[in-house]
Amino acid sequence: MDILTLFIVIPVLTITGIVLVKDMRHVRLVAATGMGLQLILSAVLVYLFVSARQSGNTAEMLFIKDIVWFKSLNIHYAVGVDGISVAMIALTSLVVFAGIYASWEVDFLTKEFFISLILLATGVFGFFISIDLFTMFLFYELAVIPMYLLIGIWGSGPKEYSAMKLTLMLMGASALLLLGILGIYFNSAPDGGQLSFNILEISRVKIPMSAQYLFFPLTFVGFGVLGALFPFHTWSPDGHSSAPTAVSMLHAGVLMKLGGYGAFRVAIFLMPEAAKELSWIFIILTTISVIYGAFGAIVQKDLKYINAYSSVSHCGLVLFAILMMNKTAMNGAIIQMISHGLMTALFFALIGMLYGRTHTRMINEMGGLMKVIPFLSVCYVIAGLASLGLPGLSGFVAEVTIFVGAFQHPDLFHRILTIIATTSIVITAVYILRVIAILLLGPAANEHYEHFTDAKWYEKVSAVTLISFVAFIGLAPWWLSSMIGSSLQPIINKILAFNPF
Amino acid sequence: MSLTNFLLMRHELLLTVAALLILMAEIFWDPGKKRSINLFSVLLFIVITIIGFLPSPSGTLFGGMYEVSDTRLIMKNILNIGALLVLIQSVTWLNKEENSEKISEYHILLISTLIGMNFMISAGHFLMFYLGLELATIPVAALAAFDRYSNKSAEAGIKLILISALSSGVLLYGLSMIYGTTGTFYFNEIAKLFVNDNLQILGFIFFFAGMAFKISIVPFHLWTADVYEGAPVNITAYLSVISKGAAVFIFIIVLFTIFPVIIASWQKIIYVTAILTMTIGNLFAIRQQNLKRFLAFSSISQAGYILVGFIGGNQLGMASVIYYILVYIFSNLAAFGVVAAISNAKGKENIDEYNGLYQTNPGLSLIMLLGLFSLAGIPPFAGFFGKFFLFTAAAQKGFYILVLIAVMNTIISLYYYLLVVKAMFINKSEAPVEKFRSDFPTRFALGICVAGIVVTGFASIIFEVIKNISFGV
Repeated sequence: MDILTLFIVIPVLTITGIVLVKDMRHVRLVAATGMGLQLILSAVLVYLFVSARQSGNTAEMLFIKDIVWFKSLNIHYAVGVDGISVAMIALTSLVVFAGIYASWEVDFLTKEFFISLILLATGVFGFFISIDLFTMFLFYELAVIPMYLLIGIWGSGPKEYSAMKLTLMLMGASALLLLGILGIYFNSAPDGGQLSFNILEISRVKIPMSAQYLFFPLTFVGFGVLGALFPFHTWSPDGHSSAPTAVSMLHAGVLMKLGGYGAFRVAIFLMPEAAKELSWIFIILTTISVIYGAFGAIVQKDLKYINAYSSVSHCGLVLFAILMMNKTAMNGAIIQMISHGLMTALFFALIGMLYGRTHTRMINEMGGLMKVIPFLSVCYVIAGLASLGLPGLSGFVAEVTIFVGAFQHPDLFHRILTIIATTSIVITAVYILRVIAILLLGPAANEHYEHFTDAKWYEKVSAVTLISFVAFIGLAPWWLSSMIGSSLQPIINKILAFNPF
Repeated sequence: MSLTNFLLMRHELLLTVAALLILMAEIFWDPGKKRSINLFSVLLFIVITIIGFLPSPSGTLFGGMYEVSDTRLIMKNILNIGALLVLIQSVTWLNKEENSEKISEYHILLISTLIGMNFMISAGHFLMFYLGLELATIPVAALAAFDRYSNKSAEAGIKLILISALSSGVLLYGLSMIYGTTGTFYFNEIAKLFVNDNLQILGFIFFFAGMAFKISIVPFHLWTADVYEGAPVNITAYLSVISKGAAVFIFIIVLFTIFPVIIASWQKIIYVTAILTMTIGNLFAIRQQNLKRFLAFSSISQAGYILVGFIGGNQLGMASVIYYILVYIFSNLAAFGVVAAISNAKGKENIDEYNGLYQTNPGLSLIMLLGLFSLAGIPPFAGFFGKFFLFTAAAQKGFYILVLIAVMNTIISLYYYLLVVKAMFINKSEAPVEKFRSDFPTRFALGICVAGIVVTGFASIIFEVIKNISFGV
């Protein structure tokens, strides 16, 4: 079996294992083992990928496995990865791994919880390894639907409303996507050859302009909803705040990246001409996302809402950078996806841990936590600093690259919007520092706080794993950006062929 | 007519023999052992279903009135599978005290409707078609009124028979116009003589309306919810899956073989009715509390999706429609199977009575979840593949707007399917359905449905076989 298919097989086996075990304590052990294996596997994948590239393999996608599935429609089970998908896979396995430890204390329907969580992860892994639009779409929907149960059953607050809103909006997006994919498929052979769902094959032909104008917006919006594109971001704050900790982590950390990755891999890569023509609309929308999300975060009182709005802002930046369509900005977009994935997962994990102690998420009801639970508080500060783009942490690398790339456009339109988007850094600093000041510093808000215990071992596993990678990317970004850069080149070439700057 | 020719009709022959054998059993078996007729009938039916899959030559009988081809054989086999599942699911209900006198009646009536459907699907002549249609409909009305002490059941039966009579009348009126302009009832001759004549189009519209009653296409759907609610659950399942499936099958054959000349006209009709059917079915389903009514409206909207597969008039369209019916049989029978199991055991049929079902009956809840997700088109279940192919077929001919409306409708349908999921998994209840263990036939039938839901999608061979025997306009 090829290494990529293992990324689906291991979660499926883990789920089977969870179904079979009787004891509830064993459930999370099985889950942790399975996802630990997955983490090791993704490390192996990174190693194999880098060594293959160094030995001079310049194929666009590596480890390709192609099995004909539905012959008459030319649907294949086709997997393959380039540097970008490898990075996303590594991110996913990290976040899932941390998520399992962050949900160590789930005691209501434990089995079902871990099954749904890992099912969601299966969908995400499948999405990132697919190079066939059909399988990609299948995994996309597979990743979305367990969300309903995860939020509906284990969530908090108005969970039923949030779960339904999230599911319907994301499935609505997938409806647009389905149409987009069908449109791409039926225009994938303008010269009358064999129609194809394979991304690599489609990228070699030029889809007719009339079709591109129709299907680029559909596909982009379809993925954009998941990437919290204004005005379709409204599921995100409600969904994130109602979801249980691990689900928020996975959702903000990984699932929202499906949107950015898909918009990049499908919408822009396959239809660059229309993307060039229509990008101005979406650049405006994403700029609004960036600014609006940041301002939204300022006025929130609930920690999860703050972080959800901040995610809207950061993911907006991802889409913003992708739409700039040059190498620097796109490189930044990918790093931003990884960085935001780690950082926001860390945030949500910490919020979950704080909530487990204080039983509130309202910042004005908390205070002075730094004295009582220093470990968690310091982790929170680190996450915050990464979020506002402090040099040395991953957020800085990502945002600088994005803004430099965006500013390379010589025209006024792009530059003005870049300047507007850049202001989000300042706004981010405002809400992050405000939260840190109220939450962590000052006198303890409640005398019960004296009895708090600091992080338990499994909480430390979760937090330290994520922090070390946030710092690693911040201190040594060239590892990541060289892996991404070589894979971006063919994509940039295709875009530049029609779109010379 | 030689024996080999005669054996072309083996589906119908076998079913007739089975019906007669059951009748014999009813007469000669010891009255105390009447319940074993269930087992006898199910076993017979399993044999028939298996024999149906043996390869058979194509050909015509009775001077072209009866036709067998690979396409029609597959359709019959799919119906056989569905009917078998319904039969097995009914055993629990038939074993109840009040039904013990009528077991063989049930089986004979059900099998005769199936004979009618088989004749209808094999028709090469409108008389044969009409004969089959009536044979398929009238016994179902008797079945719908099977619960003889229930007013609702009687009402369902009478409504069904009146509506069938009306729709048959409409259909015959249309056929008479077609006959008047072409002078023949043979499918292949009509196809040649059909010219874009106004009277012929009018005839087609009446014919369409007649079929629309059977498939419950909006605006001819008004009988559906009442009949589905009143009839016993298993009959409702039969009506919504097998009867509808058979009507869809013959309709697509007739449409693609007799009416290709007026494709532009029927595309317009189907375009509008498909949108209406999906949307109205979905919107009404949202408000339902009774699960049978709920599934009735859901099945109306499913008919709308099936029409989306019709519209292109292409080979892919026919393949996706046949495939979707197969998927729909498994999915809908899974849902109905759970409803029937709970209704038989505890008499509960409302959505809010399902609150907290997962806590007490996790197995049934999961099967229901699977069935509903498959109906909604969620991967990796078969319904996803089915819907994808239907929409692909329409998109192939450029009906993107229709596909857009259809996918938007699947979102609406997802909403109300999730309401049931919410009741089962999320809502708490003071008095949930108590824990009970359903008997072997129910579990067996549900097991097959689950296997079908999971396997039919992944096993591409099924779709490829269907694709190969389909044809376009």
